[in-house]
Amino acid sequence: MKNVYLDNNATTQVAPEVIDAIIPFFKELWGNPSSMHYFGGQVKKYIDTAREQVADLINAEPSEIVFTSCGTEGDNMAIRGTAEALGKNRKIITTRVEHPAVLGPCRHLKEQGHEVIELGVDSSGQLDLTEFRKVLGKGPNIVSIMWANNETGVMFPIPEIAAMVKEQGGVLHTDAVQIVGKIPIDVRKTPVDMLALSGHKLHAPKGIGALYIRKGTKVNTFLIGGHQENGRRGGTENVPYIVGLGQACVLAKKFLQDETTNVAKLRDRLEAGILASCPSTTVNGDRVHRLPNTTNISFQYIEGEAILYHLSDIGVAASSGSACTSGSLEPSHVIRAMGVPFTSAHGSTRFSLSRYNTAEEIEYVIEKIPAIVKRLRDLSPFV
Amino acid sequence: MWDYTDKVLDHFRNPRNVGLIENPDGIGEVGSMACGDALKLTFKLDEKKRIVDVKFKTFGCASAIASSSALTEMIKGMTIEQAEKVTNQDIANYLGGLPEQKMHCSVMGREALEMAIANYRTGKTGKKILAGKVVCTCFGVTEEEIERVVRDNNLTTVEQVTNYCKAGGGCGNCKNDIVQIIERIRKERESKSASTQKPAKLTVLQKVKLIEETLDREIRPMLKRDGGDIELIDISGSRVIVSFRGMCAGCQAAPSTIKDVVEAKLREFVSKDLVVEEDKS
Ligand SMILES: Cc1ncc(COP(=O)(O)O)c(C=O)c1O
Repeated sequence: MKNVYLDNNATTQVAPEVIDAIIPFFKELWGNPSSMHYFGGQVKKYIDTAREQVADLINAEPSEIVFTSCGTEGDNMAIRGTAEALGKNRKIITTRVEHPAVLGPCRHLKEQGHEVIELGVDSSGQLDLTEFRKVLGKGPNIVSIMWANNETGVMFPIPEIAAMVKEQGGVLHTDAVQIVGKIPIDVRKTPVDMLALSGHKLHAPKGIGALYIRKGTKVNTFLIGGHQENGRRGGTENVPYIVGLGQACVLAKKFLQDETTNVAKLRDRLEAGILASCPSTTVNGDRVHRLPNTTNISFQYIEGEAILYHLSDIGVAASSGSACTSGSLEPSHVIRAMGVPFTSAHGSTRFSLSRYNTAEEIEYVIEKIPAIVKRLRDLSPFV
Repeated sequence: MWDYTDKVLDHFRNPRNVGLIENPDGIGEVGSMACGDALKLTFKLDEKKRIVDVKFKTFGCASAIASSSALTEMIKGMTIEQAEKVTNQDIANYLGGLPEQKMHCSVMGREALEMAIANYRTGKTGKKILAGKVVCTCFGVTEEEIERVVRDNNLTTVEQVTNYCKAGGGCGNCKNDIVQIIERIRKERESKSASTQKPAKLTVLQKVKLIEETLDREIRPMLKRDGGDIELIDISGSRVIVSFRGMCAGCQAAPSTIKDVVEAKLREFVSKDLVVEEDKS
């Protein structure tokens, strides 16, 4: 059976080059980088190199990179660490379509007495910047807004948002987990204060990430312990994975061009092919300001889990925002925030590509999908 | 992925009896697009009032489709009286079980069947109309429906209720109401089991009444499923004389049914010393 992986926003295949880079750090170079002997000490320079590689991908200073255990940790550290550093009763502004890694900490802080504002989005999944400006207010308020949405791929105008936050004296964190490696990011040009990224979305392993913290930003330490990461995060470093993340960032930079050309072309072909061959299908979210690898398509009158199981039967891996797959009884919070009608919401299906997908795979999916959709529609009492 | 049984996956991949019967004798519709699943069930009866044909259409996840398909296979050939005894647990059992969070799919099947039967009997619309007090406004679940799943499935937590009928799975504002319903039914159950505690010494009248109740509750539904029945003829001391009716009369399995089922149940619920015999006259 064919195996077509179109769920790269959930996680990605670890690049073979990354695996090759990691192995020696299990086999030979397994010393502790803090040790006062050559065996351990020699490992430290590889961490330094990896830090440079990660910094290079987003044009940061290496000293502004803190390695974390995942994207979730980066988001938590940024939001909770800043709130703690800035003291009680801060205003925290975020959006309703954030990943739980951001919504969770924000709602936690709300319970602790901070004022938390969750901005809504329009039907294309975009923010109303006038409204944002209105609620932002002057002073050291905390803003956490994602750069690209994991479900729809919709990108928020972080450069404009960053400029507004700077102007008002606020602090801006952005969850860039989905965008890093797909679109060029330059933190010198875009004045975000913090930015979280996660290895497993860019062909490094799961369980490694990084938080960019602009020099001078006040963030309290989250994991209090040893002096690792310059005292900003205690705990002996996950050397193999840090090296792997560095290698993945080198590859990401090398293939960045590919994302906006080849990957985008395949995505567009897939989207056009499905829309042409399946009636009553719509694309969810802004199609202009969108990640090049993502399309979120609603198949009206049928349900997402059923679609995924049929796709899985023919070897195609995708994802859905339907109730049955969102782990609750309601469609995903992103789809609901966009006000997608129920006729479409339960049948929303996300296809997310990577540079490893081929044109042949995409044609296979385009060829197979109409029969699946027809089968389920033949079953549906609403058709 | 869900831990679906092979049977669930089979019924999902190859659903049986898909479609809608024209001019059906009964039609039942439950669920909605907003709720994320919906089922339309139609059946046709033969001259003996047995379900000769049944078809369905379902919008929903794999287990919703599988539960609907399973239901149609189960009730084909049943009389209305037999079909109305099918519980959501029967549907789940037929499929070798459903994940807990998916039990509402089996409840949807049972509800559609009840709607279709009510439609057949009364001619009233087979569509679910919200009657009585709505507890969960997100999914439109009434107090009566919640009580029903709690009773039918012996549920004890809000989470279970959500799994079985979705109530409480949206905004969560009704969770307290659900707790109270569960609590009320638990108390009912307790007082009932206290009242079914056998009195120390039964009068003949009490004994007859208790035997009739037990036959009604524990034995008849099972026999009726096979088109049979049972009748209490006489009691004398600890001897209980019964007679089989319908399909059970003269059945090869009657003697063992007497010992293994009837006697066992009467001993459990009436008195330990009972001996059951079949009336051969
Ligand atoms: C937008 C976004 N933020 C945060 C995360 C969390 O990343 P991780 O899985 O590394 O904790 C994810 C991944 O699921 C994501 O898509």
